[in-house]
Amino acid sequence: MARALINVPQKVKSGQVIEIKTLISHIMETGFRHDNVGKPIPRNIITTFVARYNGEEIFRADLFPAIAANPFLSFHTVATESGTIEFEWTGDNGFHETGSAKITVE
Amino acid sequence: MEKHIMGATRRDMLLAGMAGLGAALIKIEPAAATPESMKKAIRQVVGEATVRTGRVTIDVPTLVENGNTVALAIEVESPMTKENYVKAIHVFNEKNPLPNVISAHLGPRAGRARISTRFRLADTQTIVAVAELSDGSFWSASADVIVTLAACLESLD
Repeated sequence: MARALINVPQKVKSGQVIEIKTLISHIMETGFRHDNVGKPIPRNIITTFVARYNGEEIFRADLFPAIAANPFLSFHTVATESGTIEFEWTGDNGFHETGSAKITVE
Repeated sequence: MEKHIMGATRRDMLLAGMAGLGAALIKIEPAAATPESMKKAIRQVVGEATVRTGRVTIDVPTLVENGNTVALAIEVESPMTKENYVKAIHVFNEKNPLPNVISAHLGPRAGRARISTRFRLADTQTIVAVAELSDGSFWSASADVIVTLAACLESLD
């Protein structure tokens, strides 16, 4: 179970542009390194991140091995209505993690 | 005379040793991205379209002490309306093992075309960000980054 940190403003005015920050614990092993006996370490990264606002996709990112361990991502969206913003991370070896945050729009 | 020969021999050995070390270093380096492979990766994204310079701002430190995590932010000038918005932001590098860094897809709903993340840098190099706009045009910016401690190439202890 990977630990995910999500930062979404809780109470905002309608139409306001908000910044959403996410961080998830993950090794992001590049697949280009070798262990102490010279054996290649297989790639193990998060490949896709998706954010949905009340079910509607608002942001998607394809990640590559160049992304640092414990991937941090921030992006923006317009606060339209109260509800839930859901986050989904998928990656190598069947990695799948979800998270969500409530938002109140006044 | 003999001392001179000895010195020469020692110098030769040192040179030979250094050459050997150099060769060894080249050998263990994995197949890296090159400016050419970065261009190829950019072509794969933009296709035949021309990429113009401008509208994109890369926010990255010019001098990086640790290439394992480097803060990166990309902002694209755009009104972000339904008619005129940024569809995607792609980031490329020229000297990591792979030319791609991230491809972010956004829409008019974003309100502001700015993303940030943390990435790895294997060497001192140039970073290129390409923005794809809703009208089909591509805009780009580049930034030079000097890296003191490189990422990716070290082995585990």
